[in-house]
Amino acid sequence: MTQINERRLMLGNEALARGLCESGCQMATAYPGTPASEILPAVAALKKSEALDALHVQWAVNEKVAFEIAYAASIAGQRSAVAMKQVGLNVASDPFMSAAYLGVKGGFLVISADDPGPHSSQTEQDSRLYAMSAKIPVLDPDSPEQARDMVDLGFRLSEEFEIPVMIRPTTRVCHARQDIQLNKVVPGTVEANFEKDPGRWAATPKFRFKLHNELEAKLARIASFEATAPVRLNPDTGKPSKAVVVAGVSAAHARDIINELDVSDRVALYQVVQPYPLHTAFMDEILENHSDILVLEETTGIIEMQLARRDKVKGKESGHVPRTGELLPEIMEGIIAGFCGTEPRSSIMEPVPGRRPTLCAGCPHRASFFAIKKAAPKGIYTSDIGCYTLGMNLGAVDTVLCMGAAISQAAGFAHAYTDEKRPPIVATMGDSTFFHAGVPALIDAVVQKAPILLVILDNRTTAMTGNQPTPATGIDVLGEAVTAVNMEKLVEGCGITYCKTADPMDTKGFISLLKEAVAHTREHGPGVVIARSPCLLSMSKDERTAQYQKVAVSEDCDGCGYCVSHFECPALVLDSDNGRVDIDVSLCSGCGVCVQVCPKGSIVPGYVN
Amino acid sequence: MNYQIVISGVGGQGVLFVTRLLAQACMDDNKRVLTSETHGMAQRGGTVISHLKVGSFKSPLIRPGNADLLVALKEENYPQHKGFLRSGGKAIVNTASTQVEGADLTPVDADAMASRDENLHSTNLYMLGAALGAVDVCSLERIKEQIVKVFSAKSDTVRAKALLALETGYNHISKEL
Repeated sequence: MTQINERRLMLGNEALARGLCESGCQMATAYPGTPASEILPAVAALKKSEALDALHVQWAVNEKVAFEIAYAASIAGQRSAVAMKQVGLNVASDPFMSAAYLGVKGGFLVISADDPGPHSSQTEQDSRLYAMSAKIPVLDPDSPEQARDMVDLGFRLSEEFEIPVMIRPTTRVCHARQDIQLNKVVPGTVEANFEKDPGRWAATPKFRFKLHNELEAKLARIASFEATAPVRLNPDTGKPSKAVVVAGVSAAHARDIINELDVSDRVALYQVVQPYPLHTAFMDEILENHSDILVLEETTGIIEMQLARRDKVKGKESGHVPRTGELLPEIMEGIIAGFCGTEPRSSIMEPVPGRRPTLCAGCPHRASFFAIKKAAPKGIYTSDIGCYTLGMNLGAVDTVLCMGAAISQAAGFAHAYTDEKRPPIVATMGDSTFFHAGVPALIDAVVQKAPILLVILDNRTTAMTGNQPTPATGIDVLGEAVTAVNMEKLVEGCGITYCKTADPMDTKGFISLLKEAVAHTREHGPGVVIARSPCLLSMSKDERTAQYQKVAVSEDCDGCGYCVSHFECPALVLDSDNGRVDIDVSLCSGCGVCVQVCPKGSIVPGYVN
Repeated sequence: MNYQIVISGVGGQGVLFVTRLLAQACMDDNKRVLTSETHGMAQRGGTVISHLKVGSFKSPLIRPGNADLLVALKEENYPQHKGFLRSGGKAIVNTASTQVEGADLTPVDADAMASRDENLHSTNLYMLGAALGAVDVCSLERIKEQIVKVFSAKSDTVRAKALLALETGYNHISKEL
């Protein structure tokens, strides 16, 4: 149990979880994705440490399912929340849009974490624009502490207007760590009570029109909800003609910058807490009181768009603020200094290329990719979202679009090429991604008899986001046993008749299986090979040492570099001065796959010092 | 006093671990702390950077030209991130070379120390010790308390090796400066 008034160092995502448990939340669901992944495990940890028996916490198979589960708890009267990364909201956008019309009973929060940069995402999309599109209010926290506080605020807003509320943290909030004073954990005690009302919960188009009108009326009232109104951060500096409007982490940056540049008396600084709908009175007052207004926000100009006076407002739309990339504080400093007629003190750093990420030494995906390139040279390799996107480094990933697209894109290529000219088409997809969005695409490939091979890279975990369980792991977010879905049966249930499971670490055997599979799919339509080998990061040290032994490079190595360029293991280092390859023993897992890769037999099992 | 510290390295080296130890130790010294971390794809062997700000800050990010200290767990991180340093700021760089250039730079051969002590997994703690020797952001004792706490479930040997790394790094730099 936690002590009240205790200060604790918390990640933004842990602070959001803390907020949920301090506000009587009774259901939390999520699908992992950077930068949102740590929210749900933190809720699960609190459920255990605080004995929150009435709190249901679960990973869902994808964001859409996660949304719908948590939404049902809300319309049964309980406070609930769903967490995802911004592209996850694309997947959940169908229920998201519809739920805006139907509204909620218990407070319902959609936490959608954006990734300006992007640091670990396909897009820099702004979830607040989604909120605007769905007509759902959105709160924009500037720090872990404010994120925590916005949970309770969001629940109150949601319940007051019976509307879903979005909380939109960004990477710099999710993955900031701050010392935060804890509040009391409040267990939710509402018993589920779904009151039937088909005209609302199962509304037909005629009723939807009515609900849409009601939604607009709610938004107009939310635009004057006192608790989420913009805040003047420097109220003592009078009414200068210039104003700076900030939201999210840009607000945190701006406070430090304006303080350090000592320009607080030259501008009025306003923080927008609820970027959409922007408060009506605020819009009127700021446009009335200031002639020159600078808006700093990530990633799209949502606030700027609503301050519809192009002659007074500067921001992304006007070209004064970059439209793409992270709005870094050094960029903001230059813009604010220019706006206030002073000089910036910080510099802009020229980016120096860093080290590219790579699959871990010993990763079974590397072995799979090596075998795929051997078995289907000159193939088209469609792939997907996960660690295995890094198969790009081996030249074994040609496309990455979005979750699940590897199969549909493979099918599309297969249909586009004529039978004579079609190259081998091999799709790779992780186990978690297959469950998330691969299944419908595989059914389609079966129906259309697409001549493609799907290799499911089954490492028994969702590795990229921190090794969360998949539906086949048999363990839930609390670490307890749950039903494990049988992947082979699922694949066969989709209508696949050629489905074989093998260990990719057996390079020779796996290459010959893939050759057979590629030949089969050419003749008979789609086939599946499940490449099953556990993620190294989910194995204990003892498991690894029992299974693996270190390898060494013999005197015969002539430094041809084949292993380095075709296998790309970070533990294999080309020493061009001495014309040979060395093993970096601090990285080598001893998986031994490179022993099978070296064309000259110069990598051998066992230590050679 | 306010401090701004950049810690960088390569995914898997324990940049986040070291940042959290230092942040928690500063917090136990009744200081306000704010960090920004790298999660996600970069953790698979890519460049990883943490910002640690101690004192009265709102923004979690350090602007170029403002850092008091850069701790580079790999030599390659120094040219990448030295732009964060203010004039007079210090860089503690893990390198075997004495050829690395930079007026602000103190080389520490943490890899060699770790290898000598058969303590390869603690390279990051040699560097943390060295950082504490260079900048008076919190006491060595506070970090030791943190290490004992964080490794409470581990064996005595693991704890002893972690503390050895920290102290060796600290003593090394105290002699240098």
